[in-house]
Amino acid sequence: MKTIEISGISKNYGQVPALRDISLEVNQGEIFGLIGPDGAGKTTLFRIMTTLMLADTGSGTICGMDIVRDYSRIRKIIGYMPGRFSLYQDLSVRENLEYFATLFGSTVGKNYDSIKEIYSQIEPFEKRRAGKLSGGMKQKLALCCALVHKPSVLFLDEPTTGVDAVSRSEFWKMLDRIRKSGVTVFVSTPYMDEASLCDRLAMIREGRIIGTGTPEQIISAYPYRLLSVAGGNMYPLLKILRNTEGVISCFSFGNALHLAYDPEKTGLPAILAKIRENGSEDCRIREITPGIEDCFMQLAGK
Amino acid sequence: MKEFRASVKKEFLHIFRDKRTILIVMIMPVVQIILFGFAVSTEVNNARVAVCGDMSDPQIRRATERMDENKYLEITAILSSPGEITDLFRKNGADAAVCFSRNFGSRIPDGRASVRIIGDGSDPNTARMITSYISGVLQDTAADIDISVSGEKQSSMTPVVQLMYNPAMKSSYNFVPGVMGLILMLICSMMTAVSIVREKETGTLELLLVSPVRPLWVIMSKLIPYLLLSAFNFATILLLSHYVMEVPVNGSLALLSLAATLFVIASLAIGLLVSVISSSQRTAMLICGMGLTMPTMIFSGIIFPCESMPLALQWFSDIIPAKWFIILVKKIMIQGDGFTAILKELGILAGMAAALLAFSIKSFRTRLQ
Amino acid sequence: MNTEYAIRIRNLVKKFGDFTAVDNITFDVRKGEIFGFLGANGAGKTTAMRILCGLSRPTSGSGTVAGFDICREQEKIKRNIGYMSQKFSLYPDLTVRENIRLFGGIYGLKDREIKEKTERMLDMLEMKDAGGRFAAELPLGWKQKLSFSIALVHSPRIIFLDEPTGGVDPETRRRFWELIYDTAGNGTTVFVTTHYMDEAEYCDRVSIMVDGRIDAMDSPAGLKERFAARSMDEVFRIVAGKAVREE
Repeated sequence: MKTIEISGISKNYGQVPALRDISLEVNQGEIFGLIGPDGAGKTTLFRIMTTLMLADTGSGTICGMDIVRDYSRIRKIIGYMPGRFSLYQDLSVRENLEYFATLFGSTVGKNYDSIKEIYSQIEPFEKRRAGKLSGGMKQKLALCCALVHKPSVLFLDEPTTGVDAVSRSEFWKMLDRIRKSGVTVFVSTPYMDEASLCDRLAMIREGRIIGTGTPEQIISAYPYRLLSVAGGNMYPLLKILRNTEGVISCFSFGNALHLAYDPEKTGLPAILAKIRENGSEDCRIREITPGIEDCFMQLAGK
Repeated sequence: MKEFRASVKKEFLHIFRDKRTILIVMIMPVVQIILFGFAVSTEVNNARVAVCGDMSDPQIRRATERMDENKYLEITAILSSPGEITDLFRKNGADAAVCFSRNFGSRIPDGRASVRIIGDGSDPNTARMITSYISGVLQDTAADIDISVSGEKQSSMTPVVQLMYNPAMKSSYNFVPGVMGLILMLICSMMTAVSIVREKETGTLELLLVSPVRPLWVIMSKLIPYLLLSAFNFATILLLSHYVMEVPVNGSLALLSLAATLFVIASLAIGLLVSVISSSQRTAMLICGMGLTMPTMIFSGIIFPCESMPLALQWFSDIIPAKWFIILVKKIMIQGDGFTAILKELGILAGMAAALLAFSIKSFRTRLQ
Repeated sequence: MNTEYAIRIRNLVKKFGDFTAVDNITFDVRKGEIFGFLGANGAGKTTAMRILCGLSRPTSGSGTVAGFDICREQEKIKRNIGYMSQKFSLYPDLTVRENIRLFGGIYGLKDREIKEKTERMLDMLEMKDAGGRFAAELPLGWKQKLSFSIALVHSPRIIFLDEPTGGVDPETRRRFWELIYDTAGNGTTVFVTTHYMDEAEYCDRVSIMVDGRIDAMDSPAGLKERFAARSMDEVFRIVAGKAVREE
């Protein structure tokens, strides 16, 4: 049995479609990433899976329980951390934690072990009001509150949005430890670079799943050859390369350009010639394996 | 049950940690009572009366003394000619003047003695009230005078108006029930609505909903603290109106509390309904402020009597719980009516409370919209 | 007025009570440069940016933005810069055209100018048919491009971009940066904050704020060399990881 299984989920807000025919399977004990830009429908999907919202069509189960019929049983076994910081700002750290433990018919003491590692970092500020915490600490508290009743499945909606790069990598280390304790983690993010940290992932755009699998599977399914072109004054070169015969796409990636070409229409020599022709001879050019972001852009462009 | 207790405790923490809310809740009844009691006073209270007449005339002196003895009137000036009255009014030196005709005492037996009562018409309501009050006092005096002059009691055809339950026409008798209704309504509906909508806004409602807690517990844990708060307010208003405004509680206090409880439940349910339809605290405040307070003010008879409204509006006022509560308070507090006399109003209010509560609990969803 | 620099900041300090939000920062931004202003949450970026935009006065220190003094000529600064953040940009209940006209009006453009600019802008953004649509209905990528163009409607000398690309899909993000390049190519100075470290690579120069100070400032290549890092992401972790201050 899959931990999460949904099929054919669609949802419209009035005339605007938010989700179109979404099907997913998540295995027990894995980190499953839902990756896509803002407005792709990630939050809507989270709300449907956490029984907060009804889908227009489609069905789903969490740990074998139906997301519509068995909603009250599902609510007992899931932990949910919504997109924005959603704790009581006027209650202290400890009061928040205790309240959420009680809501799930548990106590902080009973499950202290499961949150100890994260909670010990904010424990010195136990008496502080949640609203007065820094962004990183708020995030840790929210995670503790979602974990305090020992859920089997943890839903995290964009936990790292607006968080700086250092705190983000810390957060992913915490997720890894949570997974090791046997919890299935379903997490969404707009940051493509976080994809490689998931066991499996689904890429979502405009309410549709455009690709799913392990990061390796997704990368190996990339249909084109990819070149990295690095050097000075790249922007004019980008415009020229983009309009070259056989080039599928050309975009800047950090300090380099990523150029995808169709090997049936053109080849490396032709592209090298084009670059030289434009006087950019000092470029470092090498063939690379695509990243998740390359794959996303390719799949999104289809 | 533990979840419920924790939720109630949490709700109280919200209330007590928000200085602004607690201040409003504690201070508002006091301010309202004082505002209506003193600033918007329409009653005859220490009305300053100037007397114009010959003070050597024993009858005039006697009438003047009678007026001065009256606890609502105060003689502030004795004028020798009527011409001074305008001047005095202009300087705001008196609220009314009493002008006795020349040779007042000696003309009484042949019935040609006359008295003019002059009010300051720039404030017509007050003027009308003061002048009619003075004329009442003078009529009393005239009856005495008649006896002493002619030695026999004359039957007088002048009707003596007496306001039952409220001889001094104190406006506090009118506004205390009104303010009570207004404040309980505001505290209960606005506070409940805002506290639920705030959880919608901050997203914590999402967390409450995904927890196994039954929505009914969530609702009840929101209602209970405000129920207790309004009990506190009810007591404040009652004490203030009794000891400061000197409004009596003629009927049973238990009955009054029962009426208040029913009204509070209806108001809490309205608050819950408002929270269901509004998506932001601002909307909730606006709906409560404009949509609930205004009709309560208008139809409760605080400002003008319901009876003088067009028929359609009177019908409309029937669906406002505050109207029935205010009627009940007036009947119990001031008229001292017993249970049987208020059965109809009590029944209506109870029915409204039950219907509103049932409807609002039903419309509170277990999911987000 | 100095002709070479768009922004010159000397020993800028901003204190809130005994908390020093911005701690003695000094930097220059050349004309036409794309300057990346990085820092962890709570490092003081927003405070510094508010001072540069003429919205807040420094506790001490001096500087000029677009040639105007940051302490005395705040109104002139406001008129000569553009500002765009993802959070506040367009009025959702106004149409695209109405938004453009509104901001043109705010910056004192003449009616004829606004009309001309509106058409040119819609042309350039390939949004000719969307002129009558409400801003709220536009896809996120369009909204972003539109609010960027609107921030440029009065031809400012400097444009401040506060996390302009948060949450946007990868292609739109890159197209947006191409727009930034075009703008800088026309001589407008671009001052930008971002959480995407690959975007830091697109800047001509980058500064990294840590605990209110600027701890590192150079071209991306220079920074990578100095910290022996392969990417700006690594550089950022090394530099910002030293922070002791909480938000």
